[in-house]
Amino acid sequence: MGVEGIGAPVARKEDRRFLTGKGRYTDDMTAPGMKYAVFVRSPHAHARIERIDVTEAKTMPGVIDVLDGEQLLADGIGNLICGWMIHSKDGSPMRMGVWRPLADKTVRYVGDAVAVVVADSVAEARDAAEAVIVDYDPLPVVTDPVQALRDGQPQIHSEAPGNLIFDWEIGDAAAVDRAIAGAAHVTELKVLNNRLSPNPMEPRATLGIYDPGDDHYTCYTTSQNPHVARLVMSAFYNVAPENKLRVIAPDVGGGFGSKIYIYPEEIVCLWASKRTGVPVKWTSDRTEAFLTDAHGRDHVSTVQMAFDANHRITALKVDTISNLGAYMSLFSSAVPTYLYATLLSGQYDIPAIHANVRTVYTNTAPVDAYRGAGRPEATYLLERTMETAARELGISPAELRRINFIRSFPHQTPVIMNYDAGDYDASLNAAMAAADVDGFAARRAESERRGMRRGIGMSCYIEACGIAPSAAVGSLGAGVGLWESAEVRVNAVGTIEVMTGSHSHGQGHETTFAQLVADRLGVPIDSINIVHGDTDKVQMGMGTYGSRSGAVGMSAIVKALDKVEAKAKKIAAHIMEADESDIVVEDGALKVAGTDKLVPWSQVALAAYTAHNLPAGMEPGLKEGAFYDPANFTFPAGCYICEVEVDPETGKTTIAQFVAADDFGNIINPMIVEGQVHGGIAQGIGQALLEGVHYDPDSGQLLTASYMDYAMPRADDLPSFKVSTSNTPCPNNPLGIKGCGEAGAIGSPPALINAITDAIGNNALTMPATPEKVWAAVQTGH
Amino acid sequence: MAKITMTVNGRQVAGTCDDRTLLVHFIRENLGLTGTHVGCDTTQCGTCVILMDGQSVKSCSILAAQAEGSAITTIEGLAQQGELHPVQAAFNAHHGLQCGFCTPGMVMTAVDMIRRHGGNLDEGRVRAELEGNICRCTGYHNIVKAILAAAAAMGGARQAAE
Repeated sequence: MGVEGIGAPVARKEDRRFLTGKGRYTDDMTAPGMKYAVFVRSPHAHARIERIDVTEAKTMPGVIDVLDGEQLLADGIGNLICGWMIHSKDGSPMRMGVWRPLADKTVRYVGDAVAVVVADSVAEARDAAEAVIVDYDPLPVVTDPVQALRDGQPQIHSEAPGNLIFDWEIGDAAAVDRAIAGAAHVTELKVLNNRLSPNPMEPRATLGIYDPGDDHYTCYTTSQNPHVARLVMSAFYNVAPENKLRVIAPDVGGGFGSKIYIYPEEIVCLWASKRTGVPVKWTSDRTEAFLTDAHGRDHVSTVQMAFDANHRITALKVDTISNLGAYMSLFSSAVPTYLYATLLSGQYDIPAIHANVRTVYTNTAPVDAYRGAGRPEATYLLERTMETAARELGISPAELRRINFIRSFPHQTPVIMNYDAGDYDASLNAAMAAADVDGFAARRAESERRGMRRGIGMSCYIEACGIAPSAAVGSLGAGVGLWESAEVRVNAVGTIEVMTGSHSHGQGHETTFAQLVADRLGVPIDSINIVHGDTDKVQMGMGTYGSRSGAVGMSAIVKALDKVEAKAKKIAAHIMEADESDIVVEDGALKVAGTDKLVPWSQVALAAYTAHNLPAGMEPGLKEGAFYDPANFTFPAGCYICEVEVDPETGKTTIAQFVAADDFGNIINPMIVEGQVHGGIAQGIGQALLEGVHYDPDSGQLLTASYMDYAMPRADDLPSFKVSTSNTPCPNNPLGIKGCGEAGAIGSPPALINAITDAIGNNALTMPATPEKVWAAVQTGH
Repeated sequence: MAKITMTVNGRQVAGTCDDRTLLVHFIRENLGLTGTHVGCDTTQCGTCVILMDGQSVKSCSILAAQAEGSAITTIEGLAQQGELHPVQAAFNAHHGLQCGFCTPGMVMTAVDMIRRHGGNLDEGRVRAELEGNICRCTGYHNIVKAILAAAAAMGGARQAAE
């Protein structure tokens, strides 16, 4: 691997700018003449707009203009759309309601954008926004997805009668019912997956710049996928054609899914820049982020798991209601379907699975992918059920899992996925050893002597990453292909730039991608720059989400490197008058194998650009591009064990230890991979112990709209983590890597809840397991 | 309008702003020092922490006018002659940052934490001291490691100097 190549824990190249205050985030950007946007947002969860009066607001100091949905509609700006078509089981297409970037006649959740003020300063824009008079006629509200499906509830979109967006199924219902009827034991559980706010520390922001000279738009935005933003804003929102729209996602302060989507604000600021003739910047405050960033999770499920007399799972039946909020966000339909139900086989050989999923409109913020996206919901449901079943069957949770592990690969599940490689015993054994499960009984006894309750819980997760073969996702309804693109440019002096469609917003691509190139070409990583996040600089891209940057993004770089290397070998062979097949790349040079003849990369590069002496017919230059379309998903998997101590007097849970044993396939930079796991676990612990979005059910007001109301994990809520990895390389991509971005958030919530319920002897506990809930559960436990 | 004079990163600066302008906005917009961030509106997240007369302060929690005459150090003023401060170097060595957005506030908080506690820092105290700084990327694991390593390095340097 060398000190900088694949497998080396290289300190990150990008750190210096972040550590010295030189990171460049969207809100740091300015443009000559720039003004500031503040949005007028609905204070009602559901209302008709009777009248908007901007007369006074327009006269306020510093105000350039006040614009509303009527003007936006008149200018032909399109509706926001969901880009993944799902059909109900009766064959009908999903029922997507209209989402205007600025509300037309109806507002459907608190925070729905109604108008925008553009002014000289944020403060003046805010003052004027408060002076905009909107007459609302409030309508009845529904926030709970189960309630929203009942008769007589408020109707949120006329396109979706009964608030039902689609009623979808996967698997063989008849086979599942037969297996349940003939089972030796059936475990039944109701599972709630709490609604979360992603909360990247950088709030969303955008700067729209219209240049009338060229009739051209530039959009700085907090995006995980600037090319997708450009595509969607061009193809669907009619902001500008692609060749007239440059999208730049500079440094982005975390995403976790919430910055995949194109939101109304990007569209409105670009449009407003043309309308007003000045660059327009909007920066979300944290309350706006809570109100309008796409939320995650929010499932209500029932599950039945059938076992034969030997404790082998014979069937799994799941019914899920998924709350998609007031509007269908960009990939919202895919999350509770193909990213969720296809993972319900977990690490287990389950002959029959059936899942029914109903998605529902409510008067709440849109819900879409949040770290893990569907897979945490599947894993929580499955691993809570496994732990519950083990308790009911009276065998150890580890043993029940071992009995049912898949051990032969490839493995075709009954729910589409074809697992390519894995060793689930390896991660289970590693986790149990690291957690010293054998010593748990003594630790529990010691806790009990102090009047405390101690519990241990595990979770064996699988996820599907590296989304995904374009033809496959296309057949399932995706509106886009999910390849990745890369270009490797060897400059004339031998330095290298890699233009990648992946986007780094904390993942460390500028280091890991450079490590890959360094490993292949033998050049120092300081001579390699990774360029990303700008549609004018990077040819094409699909962006970063679903742990795809390694498996898909780096694979595209490999393909481009293959082409660069092939051409360089031809040039080197020509220079050294050797046979091309004898040229090898080693230590930053191209050598004739078995001799001391070599030319350094810099000399080959210079030869390529001077073009004075190239093989006959060869084009000058040394720059190659590639698109990579994955052959399959990748399947990271692992085992997490959590041990807790609960104070029965207060209900407070303390995490005594948290162990993660993951199989990510091959690893480029173990230090960065560990960091990804740490962060994912923290978000999973947050979900299980602290976090939850709450709406008042009567008014639809968001009750958790600040960091004083929404409990983000703080340093003293968390322990240090014990993490390790095992490795079954992914056979379906050139690097053998699987992806590590989401595992922590997927595997940890069930481990924690399994531990707490073990400690208190009461299985009826929902997330977040706040002290109040745990205390109440203790009172009715053993 | 308020007229303000202060020393920022060793340099005398002057400016005029709305009376209601927060110090963080004065630093970011009037002075163009965008390393200090705004991550919330309720003084919870700590991405705006700076040093004011040597003590860590959330620059969103005071008005620019209240900082009149003070000496401010922002993240941009921490490294000297291109040499990273030991806290910055430790964050890099221990992968104590990912997206970088909370990082300036974390680093400034850590500098003040080490100044106050020196060699008396342990994991529990570091975690308690980080109560006012939220990070969504790292799970704090490597931030805690980095601060302890920086404290040890700085303690060692102090000892060597004595």
